[in-house]
Amino acid sequence: MALSETVAQQQLIVVPQVPIAMETRHLSTYYDDFQALKDVSVAIPARQVTALIGPSGCGKSSFLRCLNRMNDTIDSARVEGDVTLGGISIYERATDVVSLRRRVGMVFQNPNPFPMSIYDNIAYGPRLHASYDRGTLDQIVERSLQQAALWDEVKDKLRQSALGLSGGQQQRLCIARVLAVEPEVLLMDEPCSALDPTATFKIEELLLSLMESYTIVIVTHNMYQASRVSQYTGFFLLGELIEYADTEQIFENPKHRSTDDYVRGRFG
Amino acid sequence: MKTRYLVTPQLSQALAFALLWLAAALVILPVFAIIIYMFIQGFSALTVDMFRLSGGSLLPAIVGTLCLVVLTALIAAPFGVAAAIYLSEYAGQSSLVRLIRLAIVNLAGVPSVVHGLFGLALFVQLFNFGRCLLAGACTLALLVLPLVISTSEEALRQVPHSLRQASWSLGATRWQTIRRVVLPNAFPGIITALILSIGRAAGETAPILFTAAFYSLTDPFPRSLFDEILVLPYQLFVMATEAPDVTTEQKWATAFVLVVLVLAVNLGAIIFRTRLRAAHRR
Repeated sequence: MALSETVAQQQLIVVPQVPIAMETRHLSTYYDDFQALKDVSVAIPARQVTALIGPSGCGKSSFLRCLNRMNDTIDSARVEGDVTLGGISIYERATDVVSLRRRVGMVFQNPNPFPMSIYDNIAYGPRLHASYDRGTLDQIVERSLQQAALWDEVKDKLRQSALGLSGGQQQRLCIARVLAVEPEVLLMDEPCSALDPTATFKIEELLLSLMESYTIVIVTHNMYQASRVSQYTGFFLLGELIEYADTEQIFENPKHRSTDDYVRGRFG
Repeated sequence: MKTRYLVTPQLSQALAFALLWLAAALVILPVFAIIIYMFIQGFSALTVDMFRLSGGSLLPAIVGTLCLVVLTALIAAPFGVAAAIYLSEYAGQSSLVRLIRLAIVNLAGVPSVVHGLFGLALFVQLFNFGRCLLAGACTLALLVLPLVISTSEEALRQVPHSLRQASWSLGATRWQTIRRVVLPNAFPGIITALILSIGRAAGETAPILFTAAFYSLTDPFPRSLFDEILVLPYQLFVMATEAPDVTTEQKWATAFVLVVLVLAVNLGAIIFRTRLRAAHRR
């Protein structure tokens, strides 16, 4: 897919020379009078992991919520600019937000399984959109749990409450729940910040395996995590995308002073 | 140079705690006083005859009260819960919403005798129901509506926002989210709201004074929605003020039965909620 001129015009942004899944143009977000995101134009490569880093309140989560229009659910939020998915704007009047969110799934900071059985959690998404016969639904549940590397741990207790799982298992359940609706893009908002190192390691392994079939955008506070799991990294500061390039360059040879300071742990 | 406090922090802490404890205890005291006094006076006055189908029996009034409060809950539930869902899940901060909230607060503040007169004008006369079970239940439903709305809304708000977000992010519409995630989780709270409103309705006299209640009837049990009924609070009211041939024991016994009924309903609400919550955790 051709890259938009607007992105290329911004000299700072290194444009990935790979197929693009999503793209933003002059994207700004406001919460009442506060501008959380300032004129962000960026291209998200398909079937790669893109990490968004930056200090708290820098706008990276706001950016993520623009990509599946979760900002719509916040009364005070206002979005300017445009976002495209597969080259088509998702902020058109005709955009069906419900089917957009099926194509662009999201995993949240804190694991948020529904207070129902493990099986029903995974089946929740598919059941929203169609009525499946039992066998098909069983297959979807098993496939999703296997993709999320959780199947072996829960296959004997699918009927038990998801709330009985550990935090790390709950987060993988939430990932499996998203995978069950077969999205194209997976947005992850600090998915490991509530988890211990072992659980974090499992999720990171999982990301690398999911990369083959999904476009992943992950917001993280943890720079080591960004360097371990991502191919591209964007650095946000005070609502602006300061630098966006392949991960190695961001960490080894950033062009910007503030990026350099941040990745070396001098602030943030 | 430092000055010592006259009252040490430890002492002021002890004083504050004692005062707060006293205030809390004062709330409990009258409740228990009433209940215990009622039990002592009323329980001994109870006779088996009061629960038989005979003259002076309380059975018709008990049945009438139960019919009335259950019908009240059935009428108030759909409107109250629907309004609560609208306010909690759909309404933002518009001036219309503020007006609705103002109306609810004011409806809760309307004296119950005004509800009674309103019910008389609207249901008994304008709708031509006559003085009957249905008119009384409609009037009581208006009375408990604010309670149903505010407690149901509270139950809906207790459902964590993260669950709604999870549902939306999976491509659920608002309504799918309400039906599949919010309502099942708020269900124990909503049922509790309804049972509490039954308890409230069971004790009211003024709203049914002009709309449903009679002191004595040839046919003591209601056969249809348009029948007059005997109701415990009204029974007690007439016994205490007008009826000449009623003994003090009978009055106490009636009061006792009414209080036990209301307490039983409230206790039922608490047990039901606890059970549902426990079932939900599993």
